[in-house]
This record gives sequence, C-alpha cells and structure tokens, in this order.
Amino acid sequence: MELELTEEQRMLKTAASGFLKKECPPALAWEMREDERGYPPSLWQKMIEMGWTGVMVPETYGGIGGDFMDLCVILEALGEVCAPGPFFSTVVLGGLAVMELGTEAQKEALLSRIATGECIMALAADEEEAWCDASFIKTRGLREAGGYRISGTKLFVENAHVADIILCVVTGPAEGSLSVLLVQGDAPGLRITPLKTLAGERQCEVVFDRVEVKASDVLGEAEKAAPGFDRLLDQAAVAKCAELVGCLQTAFDMTVAYAKEREQFGRPIGSFQAVQHHCADMLIDLDGARFATYQAAWRIAGRMPWSREVAVAKAWTSDVARKVTLKAHQIHGAISFCEEHPLHVFYRKAKSGEVAFGDADFHLERVAGGLGL
Amino acid sequence: MDFSFTAEQERFRREVREYLEREVPPRWKELGYLIWEETDESWDITRQWNRKLGEKGWLALTWPRVYGGQERSHIDQLILDEEMARAGTPTGIETAITIGWVCPTIMLFGTEEQKLRYLPDAAKGRIIFCLGYSEPNAGSDLAAVRTTAVEDGDHYVINGQKVWTTVAHRADYCWLAARTDPDAPKHKGVSMFVVDMKSPGITVKPLINILGFHSFNEVFFDEVRVPKENLVGQKNMGWYQLAVALDFERSGVGTPARMHRTIDRLVAYCRQTRRNGRLLSEDPVIRKKLARLSVEAEVLRLLCYRITWIQEKGKTPNYEASLTKVFASELLDRLANTGMEILGPYGMLDRGSPRAALRGEILRLYLTSPSMGIGGGTSEIQRNIIAMRGLGLPRK
Repeated sequence: MELELTEEQRMLKTAASGFLKKECPPALAWEMREDERGYPPSLWQKMIEMGWTGVMVPETYGGIGGDFMDLCVILEALGEVCAPGPFFSTVVLGGLAVMELGTEAQKEALLSRIATGECIMALAADEEEAWCDASFIKTRGLREAGGYRISGTKLFVENAHVADIILCVVTGPAEGSLSVLLVQGDAPGLRITPLKTLAGERQCEVVFDRVEVKASDVLGEAEKAAPGFDRLLDQAAVAKCAELVGCLQTAFDMTVAYAKEREQFGRPIGSFQAVQHHCADMLIDLDGARFATYQAAWRIAGRMPWSREVAVAKAWTSDVARKVTLKAHQIHGAISFCEEHPLHVFYRKAKSGEVAFGDADFHLERVAGGLGL
Repeated sequence: MDFSFTAEQERFRREVREYLEREVPPRWKELGYLIWEETDESWDITRQWNRKLGEKGWLALTWPRVYGGQERSHIDQLILDEEMARAGTPTGIETAITIGWVCPTIMLFGTEEQKLRYLPDAAKGRIIFCLGYSEPNAGSDLAAVRTTAVEDGDHYVINGQKVWTTVAHRADYCWLAARTDPDAPKHKGVSMFVVDMKSPGITVKPLINILGFHSFNEVFFDEVRVPKENLVGQKNMGWYQLAVALDFERSGVGTPARMHRTIDRLVAYCRQTRRNGRLLSEDPVIRKKLARLSVEAEVLRLLCYRITWIQEKGKTPNYEASLTKVFASELLDRLANTGMEILGPYGMLDRGSPRAALRGEILRLYLTSPSMGIGGGTSEIQRNIIAMRGLGLPRK
C-alpha cells in the first residue's frame, strides 16, 4: 500500500502546476470562449514541448511512456487552472482510443503524431438519442467499394472544429456492431457547427453527410469496437475525475484563503463556525474525490478489473463537484457572482465535468447493477 | 499510488478470515447485538473472546512485544479490524476504549512501570478501562471538568462526578481526567489518572440508553484516594495528552466493513421482497439509494485506509481522523435511515417481534446511529478540528 504519488509523479505535478499557474490563469478559459479556436496556440505548443501530449505514448513512438496515473497527474494540473485547449480530446480520448483499438501500424502512425502535437483529435460518439452508451448509436457506417460511407449527426463533439482527425463511432452493417472510423477534419461532407456551452469548451454538432472513409481508416477491427470503446469511456470518466479533482482543489484553496482574510463583524469570517463547517465539509468531499479517483486510476494503470471503482469515482466526484463549488460561492459571497472574479469558471467547469461521461445517476445505476440489484 | 496488499498481507487476511469463520461463538451470532447493546451474557462472551484474541496476540497486534504486542504493522491491524468487522466478532466499545485510546496514551506518556503494570494485561484481554471524561457540565467543552484531585501525602483525593461513563459498572479501571490546579486556565489544570474502580468512595449508578440497555453510568467520586504513582504523564498537562489520544483512534476501518455488510443484507432483502406489484430491487429509487450508500461506504473505506497509511509512515494523523469520524457518523445515519425507508412498515418491528425483517437489525441500527456523531467528540467538534487544525482557520 502506497497512497501517494511517486517521486517522479510529484515532480511532474509540481512542474505542470507551476507552469500552468504562470501561463494559464483561470480567467483565460473564460476569455477564450469567444476565440475562434478556443485556446491560444502558443499555450498548446508549450504543453507539447513539455512532453505532456506524449505522456502515455510509448517511448518507441516518441512519447515518455508513462501510465494512466501519470496522465491523471497532468489532468489534475490542467484542472487546477481550468486550462482551455485540445488536451483532453486529443490525448485522453484520441490517444486512449488508438491504444485500446488501433492496430500496431495505426499506433505507430497516430501515437507519434499525438506526441508531437501534429494531430489534434476529437471523438464523435454521442447523438441526439445516445449518451454514454454506444448501444443506442444510430449513425451508420455503410460499406462501400473500398471503404465506408458515414451518415448521421453527432453531438457534443469537443474540438471537432480544430481536429485533424475526428474519431467517429458508427454502427453497422451488422446489427448492434460498432466501429470507430478515422475521419479527416476536412473531409467532404462534414458540417461542423460549434455549440455555446456552459464552461466555454468547444463542443460541436458534427453532421456526417455521406462522408467517405477508406477501408484502412477503420481503427482496429471493423464492427468489433464495442468492448474497446466501453473501456475508453471508463478511462475518460476517470480522466475527467482527475481534472475535476484539480478544479475542486483550487476552488477550495481559494475559499479557505478568502475565509482567512475577509473580515466581517471585526474578525475573519473563517473564525465563524458556520463558515468553518462549510470548509470542513468541502474537505471531506474533496479528499473523498481524490482517493476514489486515485483508486480507479490505479486499477486502470494496472489493467485490473475496474468497473466498480470507476463508477464509484465518477458518481462521488460528480456529486461533490457541484457541492464544493457551490459552497465556494457561498463563502465568497457577492464578489464571486461577478464575472471578473474567477470562481464562476470553476463552478462552470465543475458542472460540465459532473455531466461528462455520465453523471452520478448514470454511474450509481452501474453500481446498483454490480451490487446485484 | 498502490492500493494493494502484499502476498504476505493477503495470507494474513486469509488466516484471519478462516479463524473467524471457525471461532466466532454461535450464541453471539444468535444474539445479533449491536454496539451499546449489552447484557451479563453478552459481556461474558466478549470477555472470553478478548482473552482468546489476547492469547493469539491479536488484541494488541501492533504493540511492542514487551507490552504484550506482536510488533506487527498497522496494515496488518487494518486487515484484522476489517475482517473482524466483516465476520461480526463479539466486541463492544470497551475494547476500543481500552486498546484503542487509553493504552496507547499510557504508552506515550506513562512511566515504564505504569506501562508494564497495565499494558500486558490489557493486551491479554484481562483488564478493561472506562473513560472518566464527560461531566454534567463538561461535554464538548471537555477542558471544563470540575472533578478535583487534591494532593494529600502520597495520594490524590478525588471528588466529583462523571457521566455517560460506558461500562463503568464492569470496568477494572477508570481513565480519569481531573482538575489538579483550580487556579490555572482551564486547559492547563487537568491531569490524567488511572483509578481502580474497586476503590472505596466510588459509586456507580446506571443510566439506561435509548436501546433499552445498561451501558452508560453516572460515576460519583467521594474522597477517593488514588496513589500518586497513578498519575499518568505530566501533572496539569492532561488536556493536551487527551487531545493527542483522540488521534490515536485506529483507522476505524471496521465501520465501512460493517456498512457493506448491512448494504448486502438490504440488497438480498430487496431481491426477494415484493411490494405493490414488483420486487423492491426493481424500484429505481431504491436502486439509487443503495448504490449511493455503497459508493459512500467505499469512499469511507479509502479514507480509513489513508489513516493506516499515515500511521504506517510513522506519522500521527492530524485532521484526517476527525474527517473520517464525521463522515462515518453521518453516513451511518443515512444508512440506517435508508434501511428504514426500504423496510417500510417492517422497519417498525423490533427484534423478537413476529414478522420482523432482518431480525430487527435495521431498527436497532436506527436507534444506535445518533450516538456516533456525539460520543468521542461530536461532529461539530470534529468539524472545528478539521477547520482549525487541518485548514488553519482562525479561532477568533
């Protein structure tokens, strides 16, 4: 039993947090909501230079060969400042999809491009009638001479507007089968419409209007992607938890610091038990989120059965994300209701993280099933 | 990050589990008593059980050998606690008081002679302490104790009253907080004593708890003479020693293990009970409630593991023990209440009643649950500790 990060992970975390706190204030995420790309390319470039995009890419493909826990360390640092950019959709969703499903040749080609930052990726899975559950996907991949033709509409596709490759999850031709197809970001027949989101992430509606894909652009084996895709969603859920832990940690730290300095009735508000008890409750929630997330990440990194631990982590973290940031607002008072104060960015990020890859209700139902209910 | 146990630790877990499966007395299982439920019969069973564990060296696993321990790791202790809770071994709060609180404090602050006088006997399950902390006007404000200890030759003379004193009517010794300097500020005039409960001048009067059992007492001290060598640690520094002792509480990992057991029983009940046309296990509201409890109990387990891990590193937990306690207490309330909601009208049926569900265990748990957020430092006090000691929030 060793319930802390390794020396290397602590160094990675310190370096990442230090860099981001300097280069990426939380307000940036909000300022970038109107930007065409949604993030400053210079920031993304620096993340690439520090090797973050290759954190889980094997060294033979130009990465640093870390594991899922290392990835979570970087995500936590990104969450601490609500960093904007294509890291999650590229490195987590794209990278892990390639690692779970890709052939050796695809891994070599794509992972090295992810590591060097040449390839921004997006995952097109959810649809109007399908959320976090591939069995309800309707977008079809029709087999045509020499490849596939995709027709359908995907929703909530983060960073589709800047993606070099969109991973499109389709069903067919066989009933209930699942394939993941690699679609070039500029493929004819793609229509990408950015959506306006709560936390400023660039989610898009992506219409695939008879988009053609070569046979070689099936990620891994055609029509057999379902188990690998489920594993991808589980890992994405825990990755989102790691990001949330960082986000909540900052909101919490800001709140405790504010409670120590803000005076009312001639004394710091942090000396009042009502405020102290809110802070204590926030710490319970946050510590719980951290350990539940670490436990799930540890199981994923070790490729141990992880279904229950993932559901526990995302159910708990989703719930406390909302609770912790709401209490943060309460203790800050009116100042935090102003746009110029950064707390609302964390409140927004917490809610969007709560919903992403299944909220508490979604994961509680998984836990219920696991209990034998 | 590594949440796993070594092969050797897993072997120990199997050894413990097999032993408990074999050895837990059938009569104890039949009684089905929870904490605060205690009779002469159950007391005999728990005493015998503790002596048996004591002979095996499992009662004080981590203590130095010279004091009757096995010098095993805190992780082994965690495994033992978890398995004992899972198996439902005969135990009461008195073991936690004696082995978990009083003895570790004696180990830290006592003289060698004091340690050798009490610890080996405690490790063998031969002696039990009760806690002489609370008084009618010193509850959460423990430093306000008024019971006095006045020097008289080679003795202290004790006068005063303690209350809510669990198992005072059965304990061998009282671990007593008494005022030795009435003129000092309240935190700086308290000392700790070991008082033989057979001493002349001690009167114990029963208080019946809300489960209908005699676990609590009032204890009156009238000119009770205690040899000076029974003062433990530094005179007038008792309050600080006592505050440290609160951090010694073990991981508390037994609580989530017992909670998971209760959740499993409720799941089994829901799978075989039909109400208004469907199985309870098909009701989405019930599914969600039980799943949420399971998630929370899992998070509690991890927070308990953290305490063990801190101890294993040779450090003393700071706010972490308080955090775990407050979360555990409130989770127990939720578990008991959810159990009552699920059982519906059957939840109203007590142990021994015709048609009682799950042997009335949930009703008993519901009655028990308010105690956890009160005893050993209320949830409010725990939150104060988290805020002030853990987060450095100001006192004024």
